[in-house]
Order: sequence, then structure tokens, then C-alpha cells
Amino acid sequence: MTTTARTLRGARRVKRRGRPGKAVRGARSSRAQGPEVTPARWHLRLYVAGSTPKSLAALANLTRLCEAHLAGQYDLEVVDLLEHPNLARTDQILAIPTLVRTLPEPIRKVIGDLSSLDRVLVGLGITPRTLG
Amino acid sequence: MRSAGTRRIGNHAINLGAKLDRRRVFEKAPTGIVGLDAITGGGFPKGRPTLVCGGAGSGKTLLGMLFLVRGAVQYGEPGVYVSFEETAQELTQNVASLGYDLNKLAAQKKIILDHVVVGRLELQEAGEYDLEGLFIRLGSAIDAIGAKRVVLDTLEVLFSALPNPTLLRAELGRLFRWLKAKGVTAVVTAERGDGRLTRQGLEEYVADCVIVLDHRVADQVSTHRLRIVKYRGTAHGTNEYPFLIGRDGLTLLPVTGIQPAYAASTGRISTGVERLDAMLEGRGYYRGSTVLISGSAGCGKTSLGAAFAEATCRRGERVLFFAMEESEDQILRNMRSIGMDLAPWVRKGRLRFHVSRPAIFGLEAHLMAMLDTVVATRPSVVILDPVTNFLSAGTKGDASAMLVRLIDFLKEQQITAFFTDLSPEQDGEYSGRQSEGVITSMIDTWILLRNLETNGERTRGLYIIKSRGMAHSNQIREMLLTDSGIQLVDVYVGVGAALTGSARVIAEARERADEVVRARSVTQKRSEIERNRAALEAQIAALRAEVRAQEDALTDVGAVQAGLEQAGRDERAGIGLMRIAAAPRNSNGGRGAGRNGR
Repeated sequence: MTTTARTLRGARRVKRRGRPGKAVRGARSSRAQGPEVTPARWHLRLYVAGSTPKSLAALANLTRLCEAHLAGQYDLEVVDLLEHPNLARTDQILAIPTLVRTLPEPIRKVIGDLSSLDRVLVGLGITPRTLG
Repeated sequence: MRSAGTRRIGNHAINLGAKLDRRRVFEKAPTGIVGLDAITGGGFPKGRPTLVCGGAGSGKTLLGMLFLVRGAVQYGEPGVYVSFEETAQELTQNVASLGYDLNKLAAQKKIILDHVVVGRLELQEAGEYDLEGLFIRLGSAIDAIGAKRVVLDTLEVLFSALPNPTLLRAELGRLFRWLKAKGVTAVVTAERGDGRLTRQGLEEYVADCVIVLDHRVADQVSTHRLRIVKYRGTAHGTNEYPFLIGRDGLTLLPVTGIQPAYAASTGRISTGVERLDAMLEGRGYYRGSTVLISGSAGCGKTSLGAAFAEATCRRGERVLFFAMEESEDQILRNMRSIGMDLAPWVRKGRLRFHVSRPAIFGLEAHLMAMLDTVVATRPSVVILDPVTNFLSAGTKGDASAMLVRLIDFLKEQQITAFFTDLSPEQDGEYSGRQSEGVITSMIDTWILLRNLETNGERTRGLYIIKSRGMAHSNQIREMLLTDSGIQLVDVYVGVGAALTGSARVIAEARERADEVVRARSVTQKRSEIERNRAALEAQIAALRAEVRAQEDALTDVGAVQAGLEQAGRDERAGIGLMRIAAAPRNSNGGRGAGRNGR
């Protein structure tokens, strides 16, 4: 992974000049996936610091999870703090990696390499019913 | 006043000539808190982290903030303040009361305030993490202003916010190594833990300098204290040093000289009592010395102080009178009653009173207030009445430490200190319990006033226990408070007794009477002898007259004898003639001749 943010499937590359919150929304891959998945849109932001093993692992884990549970319904942006150190301050990031759910409200944070799938789901508020 | 060896502390210039560690083993970052710089030998270790731990309200944040702000303002070292608890706005407000405008400093790129928000509730841990976010955050702030100082306050909050303490601890260890590598002087604050310095054992990671702040209440008086637990590679003060949180932030006044290094004056200054001057080589106290007057209640301590004050004012010098018991008016009135009018000196500004109750605030605050006043007034004499009242404003040890620092300060300024010491007498004996050992070893001239109770009355005895550097009288004097001031008189030293008061007066009167009697009897004897002699002389004259009479008589007798003899001879011649004549003339010669011849 380079030091630039990576835009994943289902999410578009973020414009780095502005605040990540103004990032361009990613396209949903499928709308039909679910009345169960409420709310319809998920905004996720993953803060990493360079291509550390933890960052790479987090990204891989997150991608897997999103594809499994939120396919087509999420925007994901990856913020590399090495590139945008000021964001660490403005977004109050301490731990790396940090996954932030900016939508739906309220904001939720999950830290770690996201290797514990259950905890990520709990942290993001994805109910087990949505699993499947 | 200001010289290389002095630095400002609040409003005070304090000489740090005898600082602990003059040899800089390694470079240090001065804290700008003079007392702290003195006991650390120049500040915190430069380029290394220092751990400051203490309980709630012990002054950790203030110490960190002062370190940072003074570094930016006084030492040209920009700094980053990372607060885990207080918001930037709160910090700005708090520091504004100390006269620093953080917003301005931030605008000048001297300071960056960063409030790290950590909320446990919104965090879910899912796998391993590190604190790279904090590192980046800190790193970018440091780079933005070229910071040389960093304060992390209070890092331990992370433990309650972030899961996995083991991992967190490892990360903090890495943080300290990283800070060191960055070459910034860091102050890390931490909560005091049970049985160890910090709750999370941060002292294991910060090995260079650890400072403990403490806040204790003893006898309802709270005192902040600071102690250097360890400071690698440098000599440092090891005591608990009381400090004050006040107008100037955090003020720490250690005993400035480990070795007292002040010059000793040979100048002398009158005690205001002539006879007392006489007892001190006729010249009074040494200028800049410390005088202690001990005595029980009502034996004239304040009066002696007032006399000293008056004499000093009369010479045109200024006196600062710290009254701990009486109001200014009361002292003025009382002294007027013994013929000392101090009011004119007050009006002229030469005598200034500073009245305060010892118990209203802690000893450190008292010390600061006194030093403030001394610096503002610049007196040549400071009177503290009574010094023992400070014992009620703290423990004996605290009071002692505080007074030692006060005395040190005054000596450095060549100010003569006059303390009174209220010591109760027990069984008529002076018990120096109150002051003995507390400050008496610091005292240069120690005068004891004693109540002497005899013959149903009380008199005041004065004597000098010690007076360094001068030959002083070993006599007890009786002190009289008269309408015209203080007078010392000799006690009556007669056969087997030293008397004072009316006993002395009586004894003196009796002695005078005895003398009169003796004188009178001598006169009598003399006149008696005179009379005897006159009588004898009269006798002698009489005898002489008698002798003369006898002699006269003797002469007479001789004359008669001679006459008789002549007469005899004449008669015999006559008879012879008669015989011859009888023959021719019968009738005449016959009658006569016949009668005589028979």
C-alpha cells in the first residue's frame, strides 16, 4: 500500500485537500441488499499510518467484512495520517488503526487491526441479524 | 541588587549564589520556577522526559504549564501542551490568571495547545493497535513550531480510555523513547498510585527525573510539597520542599544556601535602650544579625521591639513591623503609655506595620507575603512579633523550615531581624520549648526576659543568653517600663542575694540608712573623744596650775627661811650687842636682856 489513501470497492478515492467528511460518496454496489440493513448508507473511515502490517491487516479485514455484510451500501475512505498529520489532531485520532463510523449517527470508533470480527461488528453496530 | 547570581522570583530577587549544582553534568532546561531550578541544579534534564506525579489538586498541571509557558517566554523554547483532561479553552483561562495569554502565544507560534479527547464509550477494540496517531499528532505539532518542550498532561487517562493495558504500556515506553529521540524536554504528569509513584507504573519508563507533588493538611493548614524522587546524573535536593500556589503561579522557596553565603556585617545598630547597648559592648546588635527576645507573656518583648524600632526610625532608616497579635493602633497606644510615640514615624513612612493572623493562611503564603512586603518596603530592620505564632500555622518542622528561609533571606539582604518569642515559664523557670531548637540555632543575639516573682511582686529580669561575635554582659538587669521608656537598672547584689523590685529598693534603702547610722555614731565617738580630750586638757591645765602654785609656795618658804635666818643672825648680833651694852647701861639693857636670856 502506498502512503496515499486507498479507495476500495464501493468507495471512491477521497479528495485529500478537504476534510474527509466532505469526501465524495462512494457508489453503492447494490440497493436491493436490504431493508434489514438500516440505515441504508454507511460511511466508514479508516485511519492508518503508512503501510504497517497492522494497517494492511486492518484494511484487509475491513474489506472482507464490508463485502460480506454491507456490500453496496458503504463508503469507505482510508486516511493516511503520515500524509495528513493534521487530521490526527482535528479528528482526535490516537490509536492506529482507527475505524470511524461517521454514518449512521452517532459516531463510533473501533481501534485495532480489526482481526476480531465480532468486535468490529459490535463496534460498528451491525446487528447479527444483518449477518448472513 | 540584580547581578549574575540573582534571578526574579515573583517580585523577589533571590540570590542563588549557593545553588546546589553549579557544574552542569548535562544540559538542563530551566523551569522558570526559581526554587525548583535551585534544587534541581538548573532545571529538568534537557531532551529527556521528566515524570511529575501527584494526587488531585497537587499542582501537576500548573507545574507543567509554567514549565512550558516560561520556556516559551523566558527561554525561547517553544512548546507543545498535550492535555488529556482539560480543554484548550479551560487551560487558557486558567493561565490567564497568572498573566499569560496563551492565545497570543499560540498566535506567535510559541505554543500549541492540543486537547486530546478520549472517550471510553465510543471506542471498541478489535485487535492490536498502536499509538501512532498520537505520535503523528505530537510530531506534527512539534515540527510546526520547532518545539523544544512537550507536556503530556495526564497521560494516564489513556489507560481508562484505551483497552489492553499491556499493549498501551509498551506503547508509552515507545513514546518516551521517541520523545528522547526527538530531543524534546518532556514533562509527563501522572496520578499518584497506591504504594507506588504512579497508578500505572509510568516511573518505569521515565527513568531520568521523577518529581512527586504532594498536598497535605496538617492542623487544618494545607501545604503543597515537592520532592525530587530521583534525578539521574545530577546532585539534587532530596527534601520535601513546601511550595505555594498563588498569584505568581507556583512558587518554591527552598533554603537558598546550603552553605550560608551571606556577608557578615561588622556595623552595629542601637537596641534603642542605652543600658542594653552597654551590655552589648556599648554598641548594640550587629547590623544584619538576627535577634530573638524570649520571654513569657507580659515581660516586655514588644516594648523592646518598639524601642528598637524607634531608635532605627530616629536614625532615618525604615522599619517593617509584622504584628501577629496586636493591631497597629493597639501597639501605638500601648507604646505611648511607656513614653514611646511611634505615630510620627508611621506618618513619615519610616515605620510600617503589617498585621496578619498566622492562621489565616499557610506558612508558605505567609513567607511569600512577608518577602513581598520586605522587598516592597526595603527596610533595614524587620520586627516579627511574635514569631512563635507561626507554630500555630503549621507543624513545628514546617515553621522551622519557613523561618530558616525567612532568616536566610533577610540576612542576604543585610536586614536586621528582630523576633520575639512567647515562651511560657514553668515553675518560674524559663522553658524554651516553643522556640528551642526551632530557630534558636539561627539566632545571633538571644535575649531572655524573665518574670522574677519574689515578695509578692513580679519584676522583669533581662539577660543575654548569647550574642555571637561580641563580648556581652553576663549580668542580669532589671527592666523597668517607665513613663519615659525602657530602663535597665542594676539588680541589688548584696550579701548572698540578688534582689530586684521593691526588695531591691528596700535593701538599697536599708543600706543607705545603715550608712547614716554608722556615720552618725562615728561623729558621736569623735565628739566624745574630743570632749574627753578637752576634759583631760583642762585637768592637765589645773594640775599645771597647782604645780605652779606649789612651786610658788616653795619659793615663799625659802624666802621665809632666809628671812628667818637673817633675822636669827640679826637677833644674835643684837643680843651680842645688848650684852656689850649691858655693862654701861644697866636699866634698859638689864630688862630686856634678862627676859631674852631665859
